[in-house]
Amino acid sequence: MIPASFEYHRPTNLEAALATLKEFGDDARVLAGGHSLIPMMKLRMAAVEHLVDLQAIADLKGIAIDGGTVRIGAMTTQHELIAHQGLAQAAPIIREAALQIADPQVRYMGTVGGNVANGDPGNDMPGLMQCLDATYTLAGPDGTREVKARAFYEAAYMTAREDDEILTAIGFEATGGGWAYEKQKRKIGDYATAAAAVILQKDGGVCSGASIAMTNLADTPVWAAEAGEALVGTACEPDAVGRAVEAMLARIEPTEDNRGPVEFKRHVAGVILRRAIERAWSRA
Amino acid sequence: MSRMHITLTVNGEERELLAEPRELLIHVLREKLGLTGPHIGCDTSHCGACTVEMNGRSVKACTVFAAQADGAEITTIEGLGSPDGLHVLQQAFREHHGLQCGFCTPGMITRAHRLLQENPDPTEEEVRFGMAGNLCRCTGYQNIVKAILAAAEEMNTVKEAAE
Ligand SMILES: Cc1cc2nc3c(=O)[nH]c(=O)nc-3n(C[C@H](O)[C@H](O)[C@H](O)COP(=O)(O)OP(=O)(O)OC[C@H]3O[C@@H](n4cnc5c(N)ncnc54)[C@H](O)[C@@H]3O)c2cc1C
Ligand code: FES
Ligand code: FES
Repeated sequence: MIPASFEYHRPTNLEAALATLKEFGDDARVLAGGHSLIPMMKLRMAAVEHLVDLQAIADLKGIAIDGGTVRIGAMTTQHELIAHQGLAQAAPIIREAALQIADPQVRYMGTVGGNVANGDPGNDMPGLMQCLDATYTLAGPDGTREVKARAFYEAAYMTAREDDEILTAIGFEATGGGWAYEKQKRKIGDYATAAAAVILQKDGGVCSGASIAMTNLADTPVWAAEAGEALVGTACEPDAVGRAVEAMLARIEPTEDNRGPVEFKRHVAGVILRRAIERAWSRA
Repeated sequence: MSRMHITLTVNGEERELLAEPRELLIHVLREKLGLTGPHIGCDTSHCGACTVEMNGRSVKACTVFAAQADGAEITTIEGLGSPDGLHVLQQAFREHHGLQCGFCTPGMITRAHRLLQENPDPTEEEVRFGMAGNLCRCTGYQNIVKAILAAAEEMNTVKEAAE
């Protein structure tokens, strides 16, 4: 399968990349690891006339941790996220999630920026970033702006990013606490039937804070404040977990596809979320 | 669309060629450079038959544009061993029946080579997890895992003897 023709650009700094996007407007698109975009281009479901490869822009790479503040460059690969010792300490949920994405070859190429900017409901990082309450930095022709992950996703493949903007970094405050990324998939390399990202704070045997997001159960990730609130003030006993699951199930809108009918997906979502909460609590 | 001038270091040798940006690395390797070791299985980034090493990473060459690889160092199965001088991994695959039809084998061995660079003494579980991007329709994987573990042991023995 050969994609349609395009012109290839490899700018060495962000300004040059933004200038190319501006010059070619709708006809241009950035290329990160290419492991969502290239398959789409090969299937001719995406056509791009100007491909702007970000691989040579050093400023988009790397992980910086300053106290509890974490900043991850958009071009950091999933493999690099997994290998980073400091990140594994500051936010171990990222490593746990990244290890459940695709396979080793894909993780060497796939980037965190591409994963969150793509807007595919199947991507694991958007829900994870909503759970972490991350902020995305977007650079455009008129400077940079910040958008919360929780406000970024509008519909499948529709995000708050404008066509001429590049997502440069992801930042968040590491909160500590117990964590779990739980994912049900049919096989290695598959997208989630259902996945849950959970972070819980524990204070004197009682849950004092909770953040819960789920993936691939609607056309955007679902972060449900009320699911977290159902746990706060409890000891995460089965009744409380049941209320959190109910609150989440009221928010998801799965559709039938090759991963199963709606009823099955709702069942799996409940099982996965319950497991994630239990595991996060055991680590809190 | 105009062709690009592309330079690759393939198996230690610098190669120059012209390619359209949309050409995939796997086609350039097989059709322009005559390296038919890496295969095309699924052509959809799933099977790993096209695996080569690019700048120290295992990649699926069916999902990398030749243009992206411009300037890169590439290792294919042809760079690991030769018919008269098999690589330890190739030897181990032969001894442990790690192949039947052989279609997946170049990708398997190239990937296993990278895995052992990063983790020279893996457990069986680590081998299985590290090889999860490579599919085999024949062997049932048991002997592939055995072969990789045996190769790791052999490589470590040789390394210790050298020290
Ligand atoms: C076999 C296989 C299995 C997979 N399984 C999973 C899985 O289980 N879970 C999962 O989450 N993902 C999975 N993926 C997808 C993989 O993680 C992709 O790498 C990821 O979705 C996109 O990252 P990328 O760097 O490859 O982006 P690309 O494919 O290069 O880009 C994706 C999109 O985002 C845009 N984009 C990229 N970077 C930026 C940026 N910095 N600013 C603005 N726009 C940008 C591009 O223009 C494009 O539209 C799988 C992929 C394959 C091939
Ligand atoms: S041919 Fe590239 S992964 Fe199957
Ligand atoms: S030996 Fe036939 S596919 Fe692996």
